[in-house]
Amino acid sequence: MNGMPLISYIFSIAAAVLVLAVVLTLLLKKRLRERHALWWLIIGVLALIAAIFPRVLENTAQMLGILLPISLVFFVGIIVLFIASVQHSAELTDLEEKARTLAEQHALLEKRLRDLEHAPFYKDEDDAGASSDDCDQ
Amino acid sequence: MPYSLDQVLIVMPAKNEEAVVGNTVAEVKNVLPEATVLVISDGSTDRTAERARTAGADVLELPINLGVGGAMRLGFRYAHLHGFPVMVQLDSDGQHNPANVPGLVNLLDAANVAIGARFAGVGEYKVRGPRMWAMRALSTTLSLATGTRLTDTTSGFKAHDSTAISLYKDDFPAEYLGDTIEALVIGHRGGLKFTQLAVEMRERAGGVPSQNAWKSTKYLGRAFAALGLALIRPGAKNSR
Repeated sequence: MNGMPLISYIFSIAAAVLVLAVVLTLLLKKRLRERHALWWLIIGVLALIAAIFPRVLENTAQMLGILLPISLVFFVGIIVLFIASVQHSAELTDLEEKARTLAEQHALLEKRLRDLEHAPFYKDEDDAGASSDDCDQ
Repeated sequence: MPYSLDQVLIVMPAKNEEAVVGNTVAEVKNVLPEATVLVISDGSTDRTAERARTAGADVLELPINLGVGGAMRLGFRYAHLHGFPVMVQLDSDGQHNPANVPGLVNLLDAANVAIGARFAGVGEYKVRGPRMWAMRALSTTLSLATGTRLTDTTSGFKAHDSTAISLYKDDFPAEYLGDTIEALVIGHRGGLKFTQLAVEMRERAGGVPSQNAWKSTKYLGRAFAALGLALIRPGAKNSR
Protein backbone atom coordinates (compact mmCIF):
# COMPACT_ATOMS: atom_id res chain seq x y z
CA MET A 1 0.00 0.00 0.00
CA ASN A 2 2.87 2.33 -0.85
CA GLY A 3 2.82 4.51 2.23
CA MET A 4 -0.94 4.69 2.73
CA PRO A 5 -1.61 4.45 6.48
CA LEU A 6 -3.59 1.40 7.48
CA ILE A 7 -6.20 3.52 9.20
CA SER A 8 -7.15 5.44 6.06
CA TYR A 9 -7.16 2.19 4.06
CA ILE A 10 -9.68 0.73 6.47
CA PHE A 11 -11.61 3.96 6.62
CA SER A 12 -12.10 4.17 2.85
CA ILE A 13 -13.25 0.54 2.67
CA ALA A 14 -15.67 1.13 5.54
CA ALA A 15 -17.08 4.22 3.80
CA ALA A 16 -17.65 2.31 0.56
CA VAL A 17 -19.24 -0.61 2.40
CA LEU A 18 -21.50 1.80 4.28
CA VAL A 19 -22.71 3.34 1.00
CA LEU A 20 -23.46 -0.09 -0.44
CA ALA A 21 -25.12 -1.27 2.77
CA VAL A 22 -27.43 1.74 2.89
CA VAL A 23 -28.44 1.38 -0.76
CA LEU A 24 -28.95 -2.37 -0.52
CA THR A 25 -30.96 -2.08 2.69
CA LEU A 26 -33.25 0.48 1.12
CA LEU A 27 -33.58 -1.72 -1.95
CA LEU A 28 -34.48 -4.78 0.12
CA LYS A 29 -37.00 -2.79 2.17
CA LYS A 30 -38.47 -1.53 -1.13
CA ARG A 31 -37.88 2.03 -0.03
CA LEU A 32 -35.88 2.51 -3.23
CA ARG A 33 -36.73 1.30 -6.70
CA GLU A 34 -34.04 -0.36 -8.80
CA ARG A 35 -33.79 2.35 -11.41
CA HIS A 36 -33.23 4.99 -8.76
CA ALA A 37 -30.71 2.81 -6.96
CA LEU A 38 -28.57 2.23 -10.06
CA TRP A 39 -26.42 5.33 -9.76
CA TRP A 40 -25.86 4.90 -6.04
CA LEU A 41 -24.87 1.28 -6.58
CA ILE A 42 -22.39 2.35 -9.26
CA ILE A 43 -20.87 4.89 -6.86
CA GLY A 44 -20.68 2.32 -4.07
CA VAL A 45 -19.07 -0.38 -6.21
CA LEU A 46 -16.53 2.04 -7.73
CA ALA A 47 -15.69 3.36 -4.27
CA LEU A 48 -15.24 -0.14 -2.93
CA ILE A 49 -12.92 -1.13 -5.78
CA ALA A 50 -10.87 2.02 -5.33
CA ALA A 51 -10.74 1.49 -1.57
CA ILE A 52 -9.61 -2.15 -1.68
CA PHE A 53 -7.23 -1.75 -4.61
CA PRO A 54 -5.82 1.78 -4.54
CA ARG A 55 -3.49 0.64 -7.34
CA VAL A 56 -6.43 0.44 -9.74
CA LEU A 57 -7.25 4.05 -9.05
CA GLU A 58 -3.63 5.15 -9.39
CA ASN A 59 -3.12 3.28 -12.64
CA THR A 60 -6.34 4.53 -14.17
CA ALA A 61 -5.45 8.10 -13.25
CA GLN A 62 -2.01 7.68 -14.75
CA MET A 63 -3.48 6.19 -17.90
CA LEU A 64 -5.75 9.17 -18.30
CA GLY A 65 -2.91 11.57 -17.66
CA ILE A 66 -4.34 12.76 -14.36
CA LEU A 67 -1.60 13.71 -11.91
CA LEU A 68 -3.42 13.21 -8.63
CA PRO A 69 -5.53 10.04 -8.38
CA ILE A 70 -7.86 11.84 -5.98
CA SER A 71 -8.82 14.21 -8.85
CA LEU A 72 -10.16 11.18 -10.70
CA VAL A 73 -12.28 10.29 -7.66
CA PHE A 74 -13.76 13.79 -7.55
CA PHE A 75 -14.26 13.88 -11.30
CA VAL A 76 -16.12 10.58 -11.50
CA GLY A 77 -18.06 11.45 -8.32
CA ILE A 78 -19.25 14.75 -9.74
CA ILE A 79 -20.23 13.20 -13.08
CA VAL A 80 -22.29 10.45 -11.45
CA LEU A 81 -23.95 12.88 -9.02
CA PHE A 82 -24.73 15.19 -11.92
CA ILE A 83 -26.38 12.45 -13.94
CA ALA A 84 -28.35 11.23 -10.92
CA SER A 85 -29.54 14.75 -10.19
CA VAL A 86 -30.62 15.44 -13.77
CA GLN A 87 -32.42 12.11 -13.81
CA HIS A 88 -34.30 13.14 -10.68
CA SER A 89 -35.34 16.43 -12.30
CA ALA A 90 -36.65 14.53 -15.27
CA GLU A 91 -38.57 12.13 -13.03
CA LEU A 92 -39.97 15.11 -11.14
CA THR A 93 -41.27 16.59 -14.38
CA ASP A 94 -42.87 13.24 -15.13
CA LEU A 95 -44.51 13.12 -11.73
CA GLU A 96 -45.81 16.67 -12.13
CA GLU A 97 -47.50 15.69 -15.36
CA LYS A 98 -49.04 12.68 -13.67
CA ALA A 99 -50.26 14.78 -10.74
CA ARG A 100 -51.72 17.25 -13.24
CA THR A 101 -53.64 14.54 -15.06
CA LEU A 102 -54.91 13.09 -11.80
CA ALA A 103 -56.04 16.52 -10.64
CA GLU A 104 -57.94 16.98 -13.91
CA GLN A 105 -59.63 13.59 -13.59
CA HIS A 106 -60.45 14.32 -9.97
CA ALA A 107 -62.11 17.61 -10.89
CA LEU A 108 -64.13 16.02 -13.71
CA LEU A 109 -65.28 13.12 -11.53
CA GLU A 110 -66.11 15.41 -8.64
CA LYS A 111 -68.40 17.43 -10.88
CA ARG A 112 -70.03 14.31 -12.28
CA LEU A 113 -70.69 13.04 -8.79
CA ARG A 114 -72.10 16.37 -7.68
CA ASP A 115 -74.35 16.53 -10.75
CA LEU A 116 -75.55 12.99 -10.07
CA GLU A 117 -76.29 13.73 -6.45
CA HIS A 118 -78.35 16.73 -7.44
CA ALA A 119 -80.15 15.00 -10.28
CA PRO A 120 -83.87 14.73 -9.47
CA PHE A 121 -84.13 10.96 -10.09
CA TYR A 122 -81.17 10.05 -7.91
CA LYS A 123 -83.05 10.06 -4.59
CA ASP A 124 -85.67 7.55 -5.78
CA GLU A 125 -83.17 4.86 -6.69
CA ASP A 126 -81.12 5.52 -3.63
CA ASP A 127 -82.05 2.59 -1.44
CA ALA A 128 -83.01 0.20 -4.23
CA GLY A 129 -79.91 -0.50 -6.26
CA ALA A 130 -77.25 2.10 -5.53
CA SER A 131 -75.03 -0.15 -3.46
CA SER A 132 -74.78 -2.91 -6.03
CA ASP A 133 -73.77 -0.88 -9.08
CA ASP A 134 -71.93 2.14 -7.77
CA CYS A 135 -68.47 0.74 -8.36
CA ASP A 136 -68.85 -0.15 -12.03
CA GLN A 137 -66.53 2.50 -13.34
CA MET B 1 -72.09 34.24 -37.30
CA PRO B 2 -70.52 30.79 -37.77
CA TYR B 3 -71.64 29.50 -34.37
CA SER B 4 -74.61 30.18 -32.17
CA LEU B 5 -73.94 31.21 -28.60
CA ASP B 6 -75.37 28.03 -27.12
CA GLN B 7 -72.45 26.18 -28.71
CA VAL B 8 -70.02 28.32 -26.76
CA LEU B 9 -68.31 27.19 -23.57
CA ILE B 10 -66.88 30.06 -21.57
CA VAL B 11 -64.03 28.97 -19.33
CA MET B 12 -62.87 31.13 -16.46
CA PRO B 13 -59.82 29.97 -14.54
CA ALA B 14 -60.03 31.32 -11.00
CA LYS B 15 -57.71 31.07 -8.06
CA ASN B 16 -58.98 32.53 -4.80
CA GLU B 17 -61.30 35.01 -6.51
CA GLU B 18 -64.27 34.72 -4.14
CA ALA B 19 -64.58 38.51 -4.03
CA VAL B 20 -65.21 38.93 -7.75
CA VAL B 21 -66.06 35.60 -9.37
CA GLY B 22 -69.75 35.78 -8.49
CA ASN B 23 -70.21 39.15 -10.16
CA THR B 24 -68.21 38.15 -13.20
CA VAL B 25 -70.25 34.98 -13.70
CA ALA B 26 -73.49 36.90 -13.21
CA GLU B 27 -72.43 39.49 -15.76
CA VAL B 28 -71.41 36.89 -18.34
CA LYS B 29 -74.68 35.03 -17.88
CA ASN B 30 -76.56 38.30 -18.20
CA VAL B 31 -74.80 39.40 -21.39
CA LEU B 32 -74.60 35.91 -22.94
CA PRO B 33 -77.53 33.96 -21.51
CA GLU B 34 -77.26 31.09 -24.03
CA ALA B 35 -73.59 30.35 -23.40
CA THR B 36 -72.40 27.75 -20.89
CA VAL B 37 -70.15 29.19 -18.19
CA LEU B 38 -67.52 26.97 -16.60
CA VAL B 39 -65.43 28.23 -13.72
CA ILE B 40 -62.30 26.21 -13.00
CA SER B 41 -61.22 26.76 -9.45
CA ASP B 42 -57.47 26.29 -9.55
CA GLY B 43 -56.71 24.95 -6.11
CA SER B 44 -58.59 27.79 -4.44
CA THR B 45 -58.57 27.79 -0.66
CA ASP B 46 -61.43 30.25 -0.35
CA ARG B 47 -65.08 30.01 -1.43
CA THR B 48 -64.48 30.66 -5.13
CA ALA B 49 -66.22 27.45 -6.22
CA GLU B 50 -69.23 28.05 -4.01
CA ARG B 51 -69.67 31.66 -5.18
CA ALA B 52 -69.37 30.64 -8.81
CA ARG B 53 -71.89 27.81 -8.36
CA THR B 54 -74.35 30.13 -6.62
CA ALA B 55 -74.00 32.58 -9.50
CA GLY B 56 -75.04 29.80 -11.84
CA ALA B 57 -71.79 28.59 -13.35
CA ASP B 58 -70.70 24.99 -13.82
CA VAL B 59 -67.67 24.47 -11.61
CA LEU B 60 -64.66 22.19 -11.80
CA GLU B 61 -62.50 22.16 -8.70
CA LEU B 62 -58.84 21.30 -9.12
CA PRO B 63 -57.61 19.86 -5.82
CA ILE B 64 -54.15 21.35 -6.33
CA ASN B 65 -52.99 24.58 -7.92
CA LEU B 66 -51.85 23.98 -11.49
CA GLY B 67 -51.55 27.52 -12.82
CA VAL B 68 -53.60 29.13 -15.57
CA GLY B 69 -52.26 26.75 -18.21
CA GLY B 70 -53.18 23.75 -16.08
CA ALA B 71 -56.69 25.03 -15.54
CA MET B 72 -57.05 25.81 -19.24
CA ARG B 73 -56.06 22.33 -20.39
CA LEU B 74 -58.83 21.01 -18.19
CA GLY B 75 -61.12 23.55 -19.87
CA PHE B 76 -60.13 22.24 -23.30
CA ARG B 77 -60.70 18.67 -22.14
CA TYR B 78 -64.12 19.56 -20.77
CA ALA B 79 -65.07 21.30 -24.04
CA HIS B 80 -63.92 18.27 -26.00
CA LEU B 81 -65.65 15.82 -23.66
CA HIS B 82 -68.96 17.63 -23.89
CA GLY B 83 -68.73 18.41 -27.58
CA PHE B 84 -68.58 22.20 -27.46
CA PRO B 85 -67.29 23.44 -30.84
CA VAL B 86 -66.17 26.76 -29.34
CA MET B 87 -64.32 27.52 -26.14
CA VAL B 88 -63.69 31.05 -24.96
CA GLN B 89 -61.21 31.82 -22.20
CA LEU B 90 -62.16 34.74 -19.99
CA ASP B 91 -60.56 36.14 -16.84
CA SER B 92 -62.56 35.69 -13.67
CA ASP B 93 -61.62 39.09 -12.28
CA GLY B 94 -63.83 41.06 -14.66
CA GLN B 95 -61.04 42.47 -16.82
CA HIS B 96 -62.57 41.17 -20.00
CA ASN B 97 -65.87 42.48 -21.30
CA PRO B 98 -68.20 39.58 -22.15
CA ALA B 99 -69.84 41.80 -24.77
CA ASN B 100 -66.74 41.16 -26.90
CA VAL B 101 -67.33 37.40 -26.98
CA PRO B 102 -69.65 37.35 -30.03
CA GLY B 103 -67.11 39.44 -31.92
CA LEU B 104 -64.34 36.98 -31.10
CA VAL B 105 -66.48 33.96 -31.95
CA ASN B 106 -67.41 35.55 -35.30
CA LEU B 107 -63.75 35.57 -36.27
CA LEU B 108 -63.60 31.78 -35.95
CA ASP B 109 -65.02 31.26 -39.44
CA ALA B 110 -61.63 32.32 -40.82
CA ALA B 111 -59.27 31.35 -37.99
CA ASN B 112 -58.89 28.67 -35.33
CA VAL B 113 -58.00 31.02 -32.51
CA ALA B 114 -59.18 34.60 -32.05
CA ILE B 115 -57.34 36.70 -29.48
CA GLY B 116 -58.87 39.68 -27.73
CA ALA B 117 -55.98 42.13 -27.87
CA ARG B 118 -55.12 45.19 -25.87
CA PHE B 119 -52.80 47.74 -27.49
CA ALA B 120 -54.69 47.45 -30.75
CA GLY B 121 -55.97 50.98 -30.63
CA VAL B 122 -59.00 50.46 -28.44
CA GLY B 123 -59.12 51.20 -24.74
CA GLU B 124 -56.74 52.70 -22.27
CA TYR B 125 -54.77 49.75 -21.00
CA LYS B 126 -51.17 50.82 -20.54
CA VAL B 127 -48.01 49.23 -19.26
CA ARG B 128 -44.61 50.87 -19.04
CA GLY B 129 -40.92 50.10 -18.86
CA PRO B 130 -39.42 46.63 -19.19
CA ARG B 131 -42.79 44.96 -19.20
CA MET B 132 -43.89 46.99 -22.21
CA TRP B 133 -40.59 46.33 -24.03
CA ALA B 134 -40.97 42.65 -23.33
CA MET B 135 -44.53 42.59 -24.61
CA ARG B 136 -43.52 44.51 -27.74
CA ALA B 137 -40.59 42.23 -28.47
CA LEU B 138 -42.75 39.16 -27.89
CA SER B 139 -45.44 40.49 -30.21
CA THR B 140 -42.95 41.22 -32.97
CA THR B 141 -41.26 37.83 -32.71
CA LEU B 142 -44.51 35.88 -32.52
CA SER B 143 -46.11 37.91 -35.32
CA LEU B 144 -43.17 37.00 -37.52
CA ALA B 145 -43.26 33.37 -36.41
CA THR B 146 -46.99 32.92 -36.99
CA GLY B 147 -47.26 35.18 -40.01
CA THR B 148 -50.17 37.10 -38.46
CA ARG B 149 -50.01 40.50 -36.84
CA LEU B 150 -50.52 39.91 -33.14
CA THR B 151 -50.21 42.88 -30.82
CA ASP B 152 -51.04 41.20 -27.53
CA THR B 153 -49.49 37.79 -27.20
CA THR B 154 -50.03 37.52 -23.45
CA SER B 155 -53.77 38.13 -23.59
CA GLY B 156 -55.93 35.76 -21.57
CA PHE B 157 -59.02 36.51 -23.67
CA LYS B 158 -59.17 33.98 -26.50
CA ALA B 159 -61.73 32.06 -28.52
CA HIS B 160 -60.90 28.58 -29.86
CA ASP B 161 -62.64 26.42 -32.44
CA SER B 162 -62.83 22.62 -32.35
CA THR B 163 -59.52 22.18 -34.17
CA ALA B 164 -57.75 24.28 -31.56
CA ILE B 165 -59.62 22.50 -28.76
CA SER B 166 -58.53 19.05 -29.87
CA LEU B 167 -54.92 20.21 -30.25
CA TYR B 168 -54.74 21.98 -26.90
CA LYS B 169 -56.59 19.33 -24.89
CA ASP B 170 -53.47 17.16 -25.18
CA ASP B 171 -50.76 19.76 -25.23
CA PHE B 172 -51.26 22.90 -23.24
CA PRO B 173 -48.31 23.97 -21.11
CA ALA B 174 -48.82 24.53 -17.40
CA GLU B 175 -45.66 26.58 -16.96
CA TYR B 176 -45.77 30.25 -16.13
CA LEU B 177 -46.59 32.16 -19.36
CA GLY B 178 -46.85 28.82 -21.14
CA ASP B 179 -50.56 29.33 -21.56
CA THR B 180 -49.94 32.39 -23.71
CA ILE B 181 -46.56 32.45 -25.43
CA GLU B 182 -45.80 28.76 -25.72
CA ALA B 183 -49.43 28.00 -26.57
CA LEU B 184 -49.12 30.31 -29.59
CA VAL B 185 -46.04 28.48 -30.79
CA ILE B 186 -47.62 25.06 -30.19
CA GLY B 187 -50.73 26.19 -32.05
CA HIS B 188 -48.73 27.51 -34.96
CA ARG B 189 -46.74 24.27 -35.18
CA GLY B 190 -50.01 22.36 -35.07
CA GLY B 191 -51.21 24.33 -38.08
CA LEU B 192 -53.67 26.64 -36.30
CA LYS B 193 -54.54 30.02 -37.76
CA PHE B 194 -54.61 32.98 -35.41
CA THR B 195 -56.32 36.30 -35.64
CA GLN B 196 -57.05 39.11 -33.23
CA LEU B 197 -59.76 41.55 -32.29
CA ALA B 198 -59.07 44.88 -30.64
CA VAL B 199 -60.79 44.95 -27.27
CA GLU B 200 -60.90 47.24 -24.32
CA MET B 201 -59.66 45.95 -21.00
CA ARG B 202 -61.39 47.15 -17.90
CA GLU B 203 -60.01 47.75 -14.45
CA ARG B 204 -59.65 44.60 -12.47
CA ALA B 205 -62.58 44.30 -10.13
CA GLY B 206 -60.33 42.93 -7.41
CA GLY B 207 -56.77 41.86 -6.75
CA VAL B 208 -53.58 43.78 -7.32
CA PRO B 209 -51.81 43.94 -10.69
CA SER B 210 -48.14 43.09 -10.46
CA GLN B 211 -46.12 46.11 -11.50
CA ASN B 212 -42.79 46.69 -9.88
CA ALA B 213 -39.28 46.75 -11.29
CA TRP B 214 -38.17 43.39 -9.91
CA LYS B 215 -41.33 41.61 -11.02
CA SER B 216 -41.10 43.22 -14.45
CA THR B 217 -37.54 42.04 -14.87
CA LYS B 218 -38.44 38.55 -13.80
CA TYR B 219 -41.37 38.64 -16.20
CA LEU B 220 -39.08 39.71 -19.04
CA GLY B 221 -36.60 36.94 -18.36
CA ARG B 222 -39.22 34.24 -18.04
CA ALA B 223 -41.14 35.44 -21.08
CA PHE B 224 -38.08 35.13 -23.28
CA ALA B 225 -37.04 31.84 -21.73
CA ALA B 226 -40.53 30.53 -22.51
CA LEU B 227 -40.40 31.88 -26.05
CA GLY B 228 -36.90 30.61 -26.76
CA LEU B 229 -37.68 27.12 -25.45
CA ALA B 230 -40.95 26.98 -27.35
CA LEU B 231 -39.25 27.93 -30.60
CA ILE B 232 -36.39 25.44 -30.39
CA ARG B 233 -38.40 22.56 -28.94
CA PRO B 234 -39.10 19.96 -31.62
CA GLY B 235 -42.82 20.17 -32.29
CA ALA B 236 -45.17 17.21 -32.32
CA LYS B 237 -46.16 18.00 -35.86
CA ASN B 238 -45.08 20.84 -38.07
CA SER B 239 -47.56 22.94 -39.94
CA ARG B 240 -45.85 22.44 -43.28
